[in-house]
Amino acid sequence: MRSDITSERFFLVKFCANIEVMKVTDEDAEHVAKLANIPLAPAEREQLAGQMSKILDYIDKLNGIDISLIDPIYNTSMNKNITRKDIPGKSLTQQETLANGSSTKDGYFVTKGVFEEK
Amino acid sequence: MVANIINLTLTATLKALEKGEFSDRELNNAYLERIQSTDSRLNAFLDIQSPEKGVPAAIKSLISTKGIRSCAGSKIIEDYKPAYNATVIEKLMANNISIIGKTNQDEFAMGSSGENSAFGPTRNPWDIKKVPGGSSSGSAAAVSADMCVFALGTDTGGSIRQPASLCGVVGLKPSYGRVSRYGAIAMASSLDQIGPITKSVEDAALVLKWISGPDGYDSNCTSGRFTIQDLRFKNNLKGLRIGVPKEYFGKGLDEGVEKTVKDAIKKLEDLGAEIVEISLPHTEYGVAVYYIIMSSEVSANLARFDRIRFGRERSFFGAEPKRRIMLGTFALSSGYYDAYFTKAAKVRSLIKQDFDKAFKECDVIIGPVSPTVAWDLGEKIDDPLKMYLSDAYTIPASLAGLPGLSVPCGFSNNLPVGLQILGKQFDEETILSVGFVLEQALSLNLKPDI
Repeated sequence: MRSDITSERFFLVKFCANIEVMKVTDEDAEHVAKLANIPLAPAEREQLAGQMSKILDYIDKLNGIDISLIDPIYNTSMNKNITRKDIPGKSLTQQETLANGSSTKDGYFVTKGVFEEK
Repeated sequence: MVANIINLTLTATLKALEKGEFSDRELNNAYLERIQSTDSRLNAFLDIQSPEKGVPAAIKSLISTKGIRSCAGSKIIEDYKPAYNATVIEKLMANNISIIGKTNQDEFAMGSSGENSAFGPTRNPWDIKKVPGGSSSGSAAAVSADMCVFALGTDTGGSIRQPASLCGVVGLKPSYGRVSRYGAIAMASSLDQIGPITKSVEDAALVLKWISGPDGYDSNCTSGRFTIQDLRFKNNLKGLRIGVPKEYFGKGLDEGVEKTVKDAIKKLEDLGAEIVEISLPHTEYGVAVYYIIMSSEVSANLARFDRIRFGRERSFFGAEPKRRIMLGTFALSSGYYDAYFTKAAKVRSLIKQDFDKAFKECDVIIGPVSPTVAWDLGEKIDDPLKMYLSDAYTIPASLAGLPGLSVPCGFSNNLPVGLQILGKQFDEETILSVGFVLEQALSLNLKPDI
């Protein structure tokens, strides 16, 4: 009962003030954790949502800048399309490549099936 | 004999070896003894080797060394042994350098204090209750405490320059594209650079000569190897214009650090340089831009830890990698990409333009490396944002791809203060020359009492 009143008030405050109270909700964090393939316990997820919200609040300071005529820069080397001749060179052996795998069999890495039926 | 050997710079060590003053073996043994007597108090090393030949260098954990564990300070690849050497390692070995050990670091290079290591923090040799800085915490501490002749670190937002400053040693972040990143476990691919942490500026120039140049593996490393006949300015800086950004001397800068840095700038003026006041108006946005761009690139780079070819489950990431992966994934996700990632990339452009404009009026840009000297272990660990702000002066140059040198310039509260010297892209020669002249003039030559 009490939680209904609290959430109703919460909704009214949010609606009237028209502000995002939490930039990243627990639901958002759950969605992002799934995308990022990071397993999180509920308490951890809640804490992360709070920390991310605070960081994103700070990042809001970028909103005041006029970037309408600015091109983004992703690479300060300014290199594009660097290629090499298609000639095979020295390579790691199969044994070397498999050495750090946690599960290997017959010269392959063993991993979760993609098409397995549940 | 032992005490003297380990105090020597790389340059002096090479001269002494040439003259036959001691052997490779005596040299390596002296450093190994030093590590044995000192590292239990500092925790600078994660893996110790016992080389007998070559000049011993300490290598940051995330730089791949064939057959030697390279765990990047993380439990997720705790047992990972690379099957190959990073290009920089091959280049060092071709110059008779041996690897005395792999150094401790913040996990996946994420941190500014060393406290994000999954193997316990490294301590500052100047005061073991204090942080050494990060993320190249072990490398900086190892050089400072004479546990190696020099070290390699990596710098994405300040991770060579800042620990070098806090530990009173020289640290150089080369221009983006100067040194191949091949073999460095990637953090943020548009920002990462491997660089030297050394006992002197001359040493840093020499190591850069060795490790720089294209190798056909890093497609952003295509310009030539760094060469330098001799450090350009020998005794004075006549003709040099030094830009001092007003934004680097505002709120947040510790008074003691400010005084020490300003005294160093005055020294440079006495040595003949012209001081020019400049403005880098978008400085205040650097941290915000960095935490979007870097986190986004991190979320992509750390996706490879899927327990197939190496590593454990992703729950083995520490808190900071999880936080940055989450932030980056969010910033790149549908509905938020333009609002965050693209916007940050545009402001990055503005930050770079600030530097381009400033370098029309000056040859180098000078200021503090860190807003404070080393702080207490545990002091900033509960507030991620507070920790992020300690990189406010080093981040902008990383975003612009420019080279940066940290040179010890004095002390505040008995703790080292570093001066940051930034140059135009690929102009490591000028920043090293300025650093060399200052270093000779200040003649600090102090070692921590450890």
